[in-house]
Amino acid sequence: MSMILLIEQVLNGLQFGVMLFLMAAGLTLIFGVMGLINLAHGSLYMVGAFAAAAVAGWTGSFALALVAALAAAAAAGALIELLVIRRLYDRDHLDQVLATFALILIFSEGTRWLFGSFPLFLDVPAALAGPIMLPGGILYPLYRLVIIGVGLLVAAGVFWLIAKTRIGIQIRAGEADREMIAALGIDISRLYTMVFALGAALAGLAGALVGAIQSVQVGMGEPVLILAFVVIVIGGIGSIKGALVGSILVGLTDTLGGVLLPPLFGTFMQASSATSVGSAVASMSIYILMVGVLLFKPSGLFGGK
Amino acid sequence: MTRETLLNIVLFAILPATALVAFALDEPFIITLATKAAILALAGVGLNIALGLGGLVSLGHAAFFGLGGYAMGILASHAQSYTPLMETPFLIEGTKSMLVIWGVAIVTSALAALAIGALSLRTTGVYFIMITLAFGQMLYYFAISWPAYGGEDGLSIYVRNEFPGLNTLDPIQFFAIAFGILAIVLFGAGRLAKARFGLALSAARQNAERVETVGLTPFRLRLVAFVISGAVTGLAGALFADLNRFVSPTMFSWHTSGEIMVFVILGGVGRLFGPVAGAALYILLEHTLGGLSEFWHVYLGLLLLLVVLFARGGLIGTIAGREVAHD
Repeated sequence: MSMILLIEQVLNGLQFGVMLFLMAAGLTLIFGVMGLINLAHGSLYMVGAFAAAAVAGWTGSFALALVAALAAAAAAGALIELLVIRRLYDRDHLDQVLATFALILIFSEGTRWLFGSFPLFLDVPAALAGPIMLPGGILYPLYRLVIIGVGLLVAAGVFWLIAKTRIGIQIRAGEADREMIAALGIDISRLYTMVFALGAALAGLAGALVGAIQSVQVGMGEPVLILAFVVIVIGGIGSIKGALVGSILVGLTDTLGGVLLPPLFGTFMQASSATSVGSAVASMSIYILMVGVLLFKPSGLFGGK
Repeated sequence: MTRETLLNIVLFAILPATALVAFALDEPFIITLATKAAILALAGVGLNIALGLGGLVSLGHAAFFGLGGYAMGILASHAQSYTPLMETPFLIEGTKSMLVIWGVAIVTSALAALAIGALSLRTTGVYFIMITLAFGQMLYYFAISWPAYGGEDGLSIYVRNEFPGLNTLDPIQFFAIAFGILAIVLFGAGRLAKARFGLALSAARQNAERVETVGLTPFRLRLVAFVISGAVTGLAGALFADLNRFVSPTMFSWHTSGEIMVFVILGGVGRLFGPVAGAALYILLEHTLGGLSEFWHVYLGLLLLLVVLFARGGLIGTIAGREVAHD
């Protein structure tokens, strides 16, 4: 294993982790503040990607596409919050799982109906296309590096929002005691809609950014959704810090596991079976990680409650 | 006789009645649909033991459904190619006998449920939902990346497996097998709910502390329920694979877990016949709406949403009222 390949894979893992954070941040906020499991979060990711691909197709502008992704996902999020989600806050988790599973069916088939079954393509903007030379002589795609940068910036923004702004204080107060902040004159249902739309917008942004390196298709949100769940369970549900640590951990484990495990198994097995066993174990590695974390910390790394 | 008992009798009769009418009219496809409904209902009955009685929201029952399916696929594919499953340390041959396959499916999924349950039941609430989901996904990705048994493409079996004295390729005879098992399991599940164990399990769902105070261990009750539940779902998986003569990693996917849960909810959580009503309704919808529109999942989603939001207690709860106190 050459050093250059290893560094490349670490960067890929970081990029993946940062995208997972955009998904996980919304999920964990929604769970922390409203106590809601939202399986339909992956659909909002898909909405963002499709809105971006459609707008980029019409206008040719990637910047407009990103704006459209944010707006469409936030609007879709606010809409389902007003129509469906707010009826679920007082229900048990089973009802929440089912209602949001139903939303997935509606979103997925609705998108297939609107855009057809064929994947759409969203091109990386010309200015960001192509590789860039990193110190140490590593060629790495510029766009992926930009994704890492954007993701870290958004992460910083979310931390700032939660820690320093008035809204953030209200969100944290809502996590701690919702009756109390309602009694203090905060419009709790407006706050909930806002948090939900914010989470949706982050998911939409992730969908649009990833849509440019993968194809934009129905069902693209589900694998990411499940990984984002793994992330927030590892990090501790409700904790933004946990979501960040969990995302990077899962991103790196998933990417590096696929590269490192087959040769590792090759050291004590026959080459042909080592490849298949190694890749089979690698595909399960993040779930093994999650089970391991939960066995030692049943409420996640940063889930204090 | 309460309305729910009456409704249960109707529900119990619906599947064989449909199959017999279809048999008289020579409509083998309808018989196959009824068989599919019976098998999916069986998977739902399995989940309902954990979900309805035990209050364990498992989003990973596809793991057991898939294990049952692969038990059938692996054994039958070895029998079909006349290659032994393993030679060292002792010889294991493939088999085409349904009875053996069911046994293997039940034991495999029960053991998996024991391991998954022992780890998952240490957590509660959302963490439990997520960890069961993760175990399901783990097996899903394992099935995809394990090339020996078809990987992503799955495994096809040319001829349905054998059951002594019956021609399993005849739709009505295979229906009789599937429905017979469903009837036996329904009877067993009904007895289980009324037995000491079932009552203790329900009590543990409602108030774990009180159950602990009278000297029972909620963890053990739940683990046993989870194992029984997984074994029944595994048996359903073996039958489902035999119905299609095909197994693929899709049986492990979290959509399958979601669908099994949908049968339970559409029918009514914690009702003995809930999964039967739910699976029958699901197949009916799939068949009728699927004929109307390629995008029938939209309508299924809307219906499910309405049931969850407004018709709590599902189909049986709506028709029969809240005669069974289930929460």
